[in-house]
Amino acid sequence: MAGLASGPGDSGMLLGVAGQGSPDRRPDRGSGALRSTLIAFISTVVFFIVVGTLIVNAEGWPSVQRSFLDGRVFADSVPLIVTAFWVNVRLFVVAEVLILGFGLLIAVLRSLPGPVLFPVRLLTTVYVDVFRALPGILVIYVIGFGIPGLGFTGTGNEFIYAVLALTLIYSAYVSEVYRAGIDSVHPSQDAAARSLGLSRLQSLRHVVLPQAVRRVVPPLLNDFIGLQKDTVLVSYIGVVEIFRQSQIRQYGTFNFTPYVVTALVFLVFTIPLARLTDVLVARDRKRSAAAAR
Amino acid sequence: MSDPERSADGRSAGSGPAGSESASVRPLVEIAGLHKSFDRLEVLRGIELVVRPHEVVCLIGSSGSGKSTLLRCINLIEPIDAGRILIDGEEISAPNVDVDRIRRKIGIVFQAFNLFPHMSVVDNVSLAPRKVLRTPKAKAELEATELLERFGLADKRDEYPDRLSGGQQQRVAIVRALAMKPELMLLDEITSALDPELVAEVLAVVRELAAGGMTMIIATHEMGFARDIADRVCFLDAGRILETGTPERIFSDPTELRTRQFLDRVIAAGRL
Repeated sequence: MAGLASGPGDSGMLLGVAGQGSPDRRPDRGSGALRSTLIAFISTVVFFIVVGTLIVNAEGWPSVQRSFLDGRVFADSVPLIVTAFWVNVRLFVVAEVLILGFGLLIAVLRSLPGPVLFPVRLLTTVYVDVFRALPGILVIYVIGFGIPGLGFTGTGNEFIYAVLALTLIYSAYVSEVYRAGIDSVHPSQDAAARSLGLSRLQSLRHVVLPQAVRRVVPPLLNDFIGLQKDTVLVSYIGVVEIFRQSQIRQYGTFNFTPYVVTALVFLVFTIPLARLTDVLVARDRKRSAAAAR
Repeated sequence: MSDPERSADGRSAGSGPAGSESASVRPLVEIAGLHKSFDRLEVLRGIELVVRPHEVVCLIGSSGSGKSTLLRCINLIEPIDAGRILIDGEEISAPNVDVDRIRRKIGIVFQAFNLFPHMSVVDNVSLAPRKVLRTPKAKAELEATELLERFGLADKRDEYPDRLSGGQQQRVAIVRALAMKPELMLLDEITSALDPELVAEVLAVVRELAAGGMTMIIATHEMGFARDIADRVCFLDAGRILETGTPERIFSDPTELRTRQFLDRVIAAGRL
């Protein structure tokens, strides 16, 4: 109760610190870097102390701690869950390679001109619309249970259906990213290539696509962070991957700690990719600023 | 339809001041009754133009008079609405003509250079010979290097376009077009995007090409340059070639009022 009572006062102070910090930083950029860092550090420490105190002093904390942060269950779960994560990594890597190829194909087909190719454009447009509109879990269900239901013999296993479903879902998004990249290459580049005698396909292959793909690397990485996380969805069609494994552990231990392990594994795996994306975006921005000069 | 065109052809060929001995030489470019609109905006309204081999023709006129569009039509970048374009006697404006094959014979250089930013200079120059003419990589690069040397760009061979000055980029763009050994060069206001001190180096390249006998159609705002280099100057106004003649005559004694007004404005702006 005491902790709760002190809460509003503390967070008010916290807001005050943050409020001072951010307007200060703009005029000081460069010269007052040390001071900014110091303020940021103090406000961060204060923030976490306050939040931590609030949580630990909450009435239900002891039972939450038992259910989610059991040391023994944690230690026992780590090897099983990390092993199961390799299934996710394999799903992710195989699907990603397929998505990069299939998404590019869809994007290129969609941007081909001419009345003869209208059916191609129509089909690809419908595909992109449908798979972006459907919740991923539905696609995974339909493919994971529907294809085996057709009763072909020897047509694969859950892993293959999972890869297929993820590829179909994400290629729709990725093709749009590619298409934005293709559209961002100025038409004068294609005109220059065509005026040299390059065919439409040669211009696309050697002039337009190399520039387009380079520009969309950061948004592609962003989509792949999403894909990494969505690999857990295929647990619903019977693939024993990290989420399914932690469920199994939960049923076995009557404890939620395995989910915390799973969360940590994803953090360790995903955050570096997010940082890499940020670095690439920053570098890209710097480069285009330099080119504009 | 074809009769008046032919007579139009004959007239412009006959009235060309350099045309006294032209009867025996087949024109490299023949344009008759060329019309081109963008939506409702009529940009070209009946262009008649004949260019003989080794001739340098300069197109002058205010912005929007159709100079650039004319060049883009000759290179088939823009589809035309009516009229005919013949290159070397072949009607390139006919349907089902192999556009890529025609474009190989015609080099075009743009105002904004349009180099490929993701390729080094030598790759920019050797791309089309390798992919279009199927020249082996080593040979294409050797030829590209020789061309770059000829135009004083040998030390830029492995640079990327964004590391070059505007003048250097435009010279590379010219070299890139020359690498396809074109019969005709179209230059579309190639110095308009350049800082004044960089214009001379680009114009020097064009002079060298003219001296080497390259057939060129040049859209330009550099009147002094046009006067020096052109065998014939065409004044474009509102989508027509209003007046054509030797540079001496056009610049000193234009017959058309519009031409005179245009040149007066140019002189007032200190550009002639």
